[in-house]
Amino acid sequence: MKLIKHLATATMALGVATGAMAAGHGEKTKVGFVYVGPVGDGGWTYEHNEGRLAVEEHFGDQVETVFVESVPEGPDSERVMTQMALEGADLIFTTSFGYMDPTINVASKFPDVKFEHATGYKTADNVSVYSARFYEGRAVQGLIAGNLTESNIIGYIGSYPIPEVIRGINSAYIQAKKVNPDVEFKIVWAYTWFDPAKEADAAKVLIEQGADVILQHTDSTAPQAAAQEAGNVYTFGQASDMIEYAPMPRVSSIIDNWAPYYIERTQAVIDGTWETANTWDGIGAGMVGIGEITDAVPADVKEAALALKDAIASGEVHPFTGPLNKQDGSAWLAEGETADDGTLAGMNFYVEGITGEIPQ
Amino acid sequence: MFKIEKRPIPSGKWNWGAPVVAVLLTMVFGGALFAVLGVNPFLALEKIFYEPLFGEYAFYYRPQLMVKAAPLILIAIGLSLGFRAGIWNIGAEGQYIIGALCGAGLALALYPMELFILLPLMVIAGAIGGALWGLIPAVLKVRFGTNEILVSLMLVYVAEQLLASMALGLMKNPEGMGFPGSRNLQQYPSAHNAEIISGTGMHWGVVAALIAVIFAYIVLSRHMFGFSLRMSGMAPRAARFAGVNPTRMVLICMGISGGLAGMAGLFEIAGPAGQVSIDFNVGYGFTAIIVAFLGRLNPIGILLAGVLMALTYIGGEITQSQMGLPLAAIQVFQGMLLFFLLAMDLLTNYRFRPTAKEAA
Repeated sequence: MKLIKHLATATMALGVATGAMAAGHGEKTKVGFVYVGPVGDGGWTYEHNEGRLAVEEHFGDQVETVFVESVPEGPDSERVMTQMALEGADLIFTTSFGYMDPTINVASKFPDVKFEHATGYKTADNVSVYSARFYEGRAVQGLIAGNLTESNIIGYIGSYPIPEVIRGINSAYIQAKKVNPDVEFKIVWAYTWFDPAKEADAAKVLIEQGADVILQHTDSTAPQAAAQEAGNVYTFGQASDMIEYAPMPRVSSIIDNWAPYYIERTQAVIDGTWETANTWDGIGAGMVGIGEITDAVPADVKEAALALKDAIASGEVHPFTGPLNKQDGSAWLAEGETADDGTLAGMNFYVEGITGEIPQ
Repeated sequence: MFKIEKRPIPSGKWNWGAPVVAVLLTMVFGGALFAVLGVNPFLALEKIFYEPLFGEYAFYYRPQLMVKAAPLILIAIGLSLGFRAGIWNIGAEGQYIIGALCGAGLALALYPMELFILLPLMVIAGAIGGALWGLIPAVLKVRFGTNEILVSLMLVYVAEQLLASMALGLMKNPEGMGFPGSRNLQQYPSAHNAEIISGTGMHWGVVAALIAVIFAYIVLSRHMFGFSLRMSGMAPRAARFAGVNPTRMVLICMGISGGLAGMAGLFEIAGPAGQVSIDFNVGYGFTAIIVAFLGRLNPIGILLAGVLMALTYIGGEITQSQMGLPLAAIQVFQGMLLFFLLAMDLLTNYRFRPTAKEAA
């Protein structure tokens, strides 16, 4: 492979160059970030960028970070990653599921560069994967939502019917059902991670159908705005705190906190201790944060929600604990049994009680 | 004073001068924009236009330029035929998706059979798929008088939904642990549209684009069909008197442009992209419209315009990661290009004339 040879020569040349520079100026570790959305999306990419800024702040002059935003998943992302690697990045975070195969491809050409792919499942000698147990936060949301709803209809804006999103729906439903047996979930699939117009439409449809609490697995604040307009509809911030819509309609939020992980992994590269890892952290490790629960939520509900959060954080409670059946009524988890990570990672079914079908 | 007067025939000089002036104006105003954003404009322009071609890593960027430009050129060539005849296919993006799905579907259905003619068969399937998708608005137009602009555009959204459904359902990788996306065709040797010579970026799609350019050039300048096309656009009534059948013209133009877009999609999905995924399409079908006009609907012009467009994408990424320029600035820069081109077109079709002084 001629290209690989070329690339290898280039990286070697670069290695020599940075090595030479190290003697003079002290070596700077270069960390690249590939973003799927704009850094100003207020949600997913915004939080990854906050993580990047935290890395810059933590390491100061020791580290240089670079990023490219709104990179389409596919060959474009492969080019952006290659470009970062060519220009001497030591560590590259690729922050969307669709970057999985491109990350693996580029990583095989640059064995000395470390890659970290968010939310995927393919690893290699120089590729780690990491994700957050967002479903733990969903459980807390479900508890609050189940208590707040008066119409007993909770709207849910799904992005894509993939395991991660389905896990969140199930987790929220289980807790909502526990506190409110009459609760019903209406799910709309937006087929986007970030599209304010589509998200607003989805929110409006759900409100028209009687939903007075809306959960979202999309990243913009458009549903919050739609809820505010409708009045008396509760929402939750997604990926980012979305505090500008507090105390109503946003009553709490799930916050992705990537900073500790990014700092830890960057440190590992600096120390030369970086190893392939498969990280899936939740509330306990601080990767998933629960945004402030506002006064729009009754005090006793708030207390229960915080208690659940602490119990999940300490590992005392697992959001998927039996007895639980699948949607078709078949048994899934026996009394007291908790779901294993493998099943959760590939979750492609609803739990019993949720109506509607997962689009195929 | 001056008055603006329509030229009897468009100025040949300005027809080619306009894009050049537009590019220069874009550099001036784009540079000013970069300067306002606190970036050295000369350095930024150098990174966009010079670095990918002659910079340190040009050995990597040059092939990438071809990979990025090929689908744009292939689609734009098809569109330009229709545009010349006043037939506006705005839905190449949809035809691109359907072509990709048809070709990839064929490969996935036969997986893992190794068949040396598989890739050619996929190309044919892709072309037929795209052509049929393009013929829907054509047939509706000639049969019911619907507007092909609206119908072809709307069919893009239909195709996107179909793509999502395929990535999540029928074509999902059975070994993908429930995640969306098909098998990667790059790992299926018979179906892989690999580089013909490794490291050159030269895959069959690039070859097809070059053939399309030559073919279109000959047809337009040497063939009766090319003459009929141009006449239909400039003087529809005259064309009818000369025996050009407008119905056939619509069907042929939409079919060819759809077929080429479908082929472009197939080459992309079997090569650089590799996978049927929800976000497979990244807007080549729409960008190709800009490329077609930037290239003056002329095959050689389109070739140059496609490369120029690809250059702004790749150079844009370099400025992002090296200089921290936001993506929006790059997009404004690309938008300026079209804006100035359209403005300069005034000079192609109109001329300024000093008004004769009236006798006092």
